[in-house]
Amino acid sequence: MSRSWAFVSNYLVYSAMAVYTLSFIAHAIETAWAVKVPNSTTKTMDYTRTEKIARIATAMMILGFVLLFAGVIARGVSAGRVPWGNMYEFSITGALAFTGAYLGALRKYDLRWLGLLISISVLLTLGTAVTVLYVPSAPLVPALKSPWLVIHVSAAIISGGVFLLSNVIATAYLYLDKMESKGERTGWAKRLPSLEVLDQLSYRLVAFVFPLWTFAVIAGAIWAESAWGRYWGWDPKETWAFITWVAYAAYLHARVTIGWRGRRAAWLCLFAGSTFLFNYVYVNVWGTGKHTYSGL
Amino acid sequence: MSQQTELPELDSVGLLRYSWRQLTSMRTALILLLMLGVAAIPGSLIPQRTQNPIQVSQYFKDSPESARWMDRFYLFDVYGSPWFSAIYILLFISLIGCVLPRTFEHFRAARALPPATPKNLSRMEHHSSWTANGNELDIARAWFKSNRFRILERDGSISAEKGFTRETGNLLFHLALILVLLGISFSSLFGMRGEAIVNVGERFVNTPTSYDTLRYGKLYKDGNLPAFMLTADKFLAEYNVETNAPEDYTLNISLLRDGSSVIEKKVIKVNSPLTIGSTRIYLQANGYSPVVTVRDSKGDVAFQGPVPFLPQDSNLRSIGAIKVPDANPQVGFVGSFVPTYTRAPDGGGALSAFPKALDPRLLLAAWVGDLGLDSGIPQSVYRIDTSSMQQIGLKTLKPGETFIYPQGSITFEGYIQWVNLNFVADPGKNLALLGGIVAILGLLASLFTRRRRIWIRVGSEVEVAGLAKNAAPGLDLELEQFVQTLKGEK
Repeated sequence: MSRSWAFVSNYLVYSAMAVYTLSFIAHAIETAWAVKVPNSTTKTMDYTRTEKIARIATAMMILGFVLLFAGVIARGVSAGRVPWGNMYEFSITGALAFTGAYLGALRKYDLRWLGLLISISVLLTLGTAVTVLYVPSAPLVPALKSPWLVIHVSAAIISGGVFLLSNVIATAYLYLDKMESKGERTGWAKRLPSLEVLDQLSYRLVAFVFPLWTFAVIAGAIWAESAWGRYWGWDPKETWAFITWVAYAAYLHARVTIGWRGRRAAWLCLFAGSTFLFNYVYVNVWGTGKHTYSGL
Repeated sequence: MSQQTELPELDSVGLLRYSWRQLTSMRTALILLLMLGVAAIPGSLIPQRTQNPIQVSQYFKDSPESARWMDRFYLFDVYGSPWFSAIYILLFISLIGCVLPRTFEHFRAARALPPATPKNLSRMEHHSSWTANGNELDIARAWFKSNRFRILERDGSISAEKGFTRETGNLLFHLALILVLLGISFSSLFGMRGEAIVNVGERFVNTPTSYDTLRYGKLYKDGNLPAFMLTADKFLAEYNVETNAPEDYTLNISLLRDGSSVIEKKVIKVNSPLTIGSTRIYLQANGYSPVVTVRDSKGDVAFQGPVPFLPQDSNLRSIGAIKVPDANPQVGFVGSFVPTYTRAPDGGGALSAFPKALDPRLLLAAWVGDLGLDSGIPQSVYRIDTSSMQQIGLKTLKPGETFIYPQGSITFEGYIQWVNLNFVADPGKNLALLGGIVAILGLLASLFTRRRRIWIRVGSEVEVAGLAKNAAPGLDLELEQFVQTLKGEK
């Protein structure tokens, strides 16, 4: 029974990848059509042609999210636990959280221009997960058997998804900022939001998720106290979680107290996000300490 | 002369005041915060003594010259190093210097009334005006009250302010961080941390000599060690048969507390430590102790009992040493225990195929000579200094088998399991936890409340305007509602 659930999960993840690919193609076509719109004199351009394909792209993204969600659930059922026991499972859940953060933000802001970047990053994450990181579904080691697994890891994964989304937006900011400093935005970039909107959005996302990240770190400390006998031990993962926390705290201070905006804030945001990524990739795979997963 | 007055007078008091102001400035705090983050990095890349002492000594062996230099800069003890401490102590002084004055100021401001309505409202943001109806001030007052604004009414105008929670939360967050640091210092001063390997079936009496390692906080006294005694009754390890990964560890113990004659049966698992007063006992590791009997050439027993071996891999291939200083001449055995015996595929040494003892073997190299135990140099219990000894044989034993050599014999009677228990007293952890919880609450309050002012002046015309601090969004919507209420449209 557990075996067959694992197969179901794998099929669902592969199907999600196929649908994400379709979404990627649709987003690419949308962007390409937008580029083809001549740099006309009229400032407001007509995007009715691209609207349809953009809708298809978003619909595919939602379908991919649903399939991946089912895949993650099936993986959990196959192992008889929450599906957060190894790198493969973190990656597919992380991709899910990332898409979720995008779709959630999409309800409030028109972020469809980001879709191309989102779908390609999700595809890369899932591709790495199924090819490099895949391990057979198995029960947890004793240290991971705790209700805190659900609390700590879910908070960390959601924070990660939102941090990365904010990073993508900060990158878009820097790119467009450079483009604008050289002159006008090129055709397709004209439909992207103004620099101020991007700046605000990437800040909003960080401000929204920073308390959750703080919570993830504290929940981890409570768990470490009951599993390892100390709530803080400067384990590499703990250290880097702390560095990420410090970097984002500095970012928030720089914005709220000192009033950093724009380019400098975007770079600081990217730096903070990269500490999170480093923690996920380097410490899990090459690092030592209690958070490394033997055989990933 | 005028130039002279512009220079700060740097007498000692002036210098102190100047450095205090520099230290408690926001910019310095921010730089210190970033420095703390950067300073934490080397500790995660270079092996640390507290986490990985074996890797550190390996580093010293591999490249002694660079290791000695790195040690001079505390690179193997980053988190206890003077420079790391310097950064966080400066940061917290800076934090206190920054937050305390602001707390007093905020306390005062929170009780004060909002400033009077500006004379010229049309210059403020979100300004709107229309012909007055007469009752707008009453409606406005009621609206402000029901929305919990603090108001100042003067000369036909109301100045209202809301969102003090933002600064309250902000200050609470920073004060909570100080609380966390206090908790950590309290733990390191009054805490205790010890480790002991206990064979299953054996007793552990909580006295300093029972521990393999024991570290006290600077203000912890020997006598504070709570009096209790425990016996490891049964240890059960369950493994996954496909992946060999452990699935569950359960330790059953009998506990006898001081002043009690009742033996309590308790269970310790990995995520559920046992709490005795302020001490918690954690199940941290486990392994095998082969049980052996060593006889001398006359057949008298020179040593008998279990010897803990150290696991080397996830299948619990374990190594250790059996030292028999009472035999004449002294004998020692360098041993390797495999719970489930298999040979390495390339014809190499013995390996373990599974962590459970399904087919155990004890592999021994026997040595005679001087064990060197009387030299005064401390030795590892898992290794033998064979420099003045002579090897007399190699043997692989199944349980019950005996290896006979010219100076005597050794019998592999069987094995028992051992558990490594951590004993921890951490009196500051609840304070740190409280700090953590308050920090999150403060953070939520400060990030999700907006501070803003709304003004209304009623003459022949009604004038409304607002101001949001930090350009927080949403004021336009709120003002729209307010205006609709005033106009009676809602």
